[in-house]
Amino acid sequence: MDLQFSTEQNLFRDTVERFIREDYTFDIRSRIIANDEPYDDMWRKIAELGWFALPFPESLGGLDGTAIDLNIVAEGIGRGLVIDPVLPTILAGLLVSRLGTEQQKEIVIPPLIEGNLKLALALSEPGNRYDLNAITTTATHSADGWIIDGHKALVPGANNADRLLIPARTESGEIGVFLIKPGIAGLTIRPLGLHDSTTAADVILEQVALPDDALLGAEQNARSALEWVFDLGIAAATGEALGAMDSLSKMTLAFLKERKQFGRPLSENQALQHRMVDLTIAVEEARSSALSAALQVTVPDYATRARALSLAKIEINRTARTVGQEAVQLHGAMGMTEELPIGHYFKRLTAISGLFGTSNWHVHRITRIDAASRDQGKK
Amino acid sequence: MMKLELTTDEQIFADEVRDFVARNLPADIAEKVRRGAILGRDDHMRWQQILASCNWHAFSWPKEHGGPGWSVTQRYLFENICGEMDCPLIQPFGPRMAGPVIFSFGTEDQKARFLPGIRESTDWWCQGYSEPHAGSDLATLSTRAEDDGEHYIINGQKIWTSYAHYANWMFCLVRTSNEDRPQKGITFLLIDMSTPGVRVDPIVGMDGRHSFNSVFFDDVRVPKENRIGEEGKGWTYAKFLLEHERIDNAALGVTKQALERVRQMASVPIDSATPLIEDPIFSSRLIAIEAQFASLEMTALRVLSAVNSGESPGPASSLLKIRGTEIAQQISELALEIAGQYAQVRPSMNGTYDCAPSGPEQTEMAMTNYLWKRAMSIYGGSNEVQKNIISKRILEM
Repeated sequence: MDLQFSTEQNLFRDTVERFIREDYTFDIRSRIIANDEPYDDMWRKIAELGWFALPFPESLGGLDGTAIDLNIVAEGIGRGLVIDPVLPTILAGLLVSRLGTEQQKEIVIPPLIEGNLKLALALSEPGNRYDLNAITTTATHSADGWIIDGHKALVPGANNADRLLIPARTESGEIGVFLIKPGIAGLTIRPLGLHDSTTAADVILEQVALPDDALLGAEQNARSALEWVFDLGIAAATGEALGAMDSLSKMTLAFLKERKQFGRPLSENQALQHRMVDLTIAVEEARSSALSAALQVTVPDYATRARALSLAKIEINRTARTVGQEAVQLHGAMGMTEELPIGHYFKRLTAISGLFGTSNWHVHRITRIDAASRDQGKK
Repeated sequence: MMKLELTTDEQIFADEVRDFVARNLPADIAEKVRRGAILGRDDHMRWQQILASCNWHAFSWPKEHGGPGWSVTQRYLFENICGEMDCPLIQPFGPRMAGPVIFSFGTEDQKARFLPGIRESTDWWCQGYSEPHAGSDLATLSTRAEDDGEHYIINGQKIWTSYAHYANWMFCLVRTSNEDRPQKGITFLLIDMSTPGVRVDPIVGMDGRHSFNSVFFDDVRVPKENRIGEEGKGWTYAKFLLEHERIDNAALGVTKQALERVRQMASVPIDSATPLIEDPIFSSRLIAIEAQFASLEMTALRVLSAVNSGESPGPASSLLKIRGTEIAQQISELALEIAGQYAQVRPSMNGTYDCAPSGPEQTEMAMTNYLWKRAMSIYGGSNEVQKNIISKRILEM
């Protein structure tokens, strides 16, 4: 057991934080949102930092990083409220590297690493509520290849993606994942406006015709790979939430020391001191949960991994709510505005609570896992 | 590289601990712990001396002071395995409190006199800190120590002294000066409890248990060679101790076991047709607590890991105390929920009933435990005081 960051990881963390502090300021971010800043420039800068290379194997031009390294990036993304779909692209890329043929990997991963290919992975459908096995999009095989029909909901980054990854149920009842280039006949991408300014779109597939090699791997049973990538998504979300919470807590503390009412700084009021302490404790709990998620996301056994990740996500959701609400409350009315970053962190944290499973959903997932292991025990 | 997996050596160590406990833990003691019954002095001393036979009583001590010099991981494994296997909690007053102060600030002579008795668990120590008018505001303590040449003469009263009636030694804060700031006139003394003029009066808790005491000093003569460090510097040593104590006060091995017990309790039907674990409302409460505990455990490992690489635990340890005690209290509330109306039946102090109720055995200590656990957010510096410490020292508010 070892819980200390390595020297390399500490250095990497510094470069991530410096980039966010200097090159992804709240101002620049606001300009990207207002379309004043070319989006692709930022994407290339991020690629130059090696963020996209990080989790992929060296054989594909990657850096062979660990889940801990990926969480360092995720934390930076949360800290900077990065709206570019960096994590969705990485997650989708990881699915390709897990399921794809050598040829598919060659086509997708190296350009992704260089910042020339954006991916979007569709995990949700209307009505499936995080259930990866409840997919109703169909893939019918014919002499010419595959025909895909279905509706994907809230696909992060789909607006600007160069390739979409669409899970669909084949006639065998199993799930395959299909690599689709936007612009193809029958594919409609409907961009959505999101509260937190990140991007997502609904994707409608009507009789979309694909060649045979659009299926990732020859694999028609992608369920466990999807479960794995879903858990990776949880781990990344915990890291991102931690970064946002840590920033929010620092801003709130600075504000309390600076803002004067009744002739003294707010920070001299014990009622506010204790609230600030509660907020600080929540951030430390989030730090531990994010670490726990990153350390356990590589566990191969589904039940052990999923249980640990669900516990971490429940904690992240709880602490995100505490930290977000307290930061707004302690800032007073200013915390409610579009002008300050506070509200933007609050919105992103609230959105993250609903990504990759709400707390309720994770309680149910743990209950299902525990019930299954009790049944196992009885047998 | 950062990882949670145990190395082969750590795995071998864990097996060794399991094997030792399995062969050496007396069955009657394990049974009391399993039932959550209250242990007597003899139960504790018997087990601690068994541990001491292979130098595992002062398990957190470095080698240079005669401890086993374990890594953070080994200590974590040891505590968890002891919890899992129903070992009594090692009483912290000697090995976790008096010991570290003596080996950090004591003279060579003091180390030679006192450390063996702690390592071997032949002495029972108690902590003389709180006074009737100095609780959270400990620095205002007023037990007087007057200079009488080779001795100090002690007059005053300590209160909430856990297990003073079991103890033969006390580490004690006394006032040697009233000048300057209150913190500056405090001196750290080791007091033999059999010295004439020491009187111990019991304070019975609402759970019926006698663990607290009042200790009165009436012209008690303490040789100056029993003073730790310099006169008037006692506050520094006490603060050092409090920081370490806060980590221990999280008592994670015990809490982990309490969580496991509650899960087991809820897995069988108690006063109902189906087990409570199958009730979604109960199970969502249990899972929420488990999630918070998992995070706390990781925080403890982070803090210990920092300590291991030479950093002071510092005020971060306050966080562990606050959450650790809150979670332990919440777990005791779950047990109360499971016990339902059977919680109201009072067991006798050794954990058995005078007249066995018609309810299930597992519920017998639910209320006693719940009542006792309320102390956790009060002792070792109340949780509100911990918040003051964090706001002052970490957040600099």
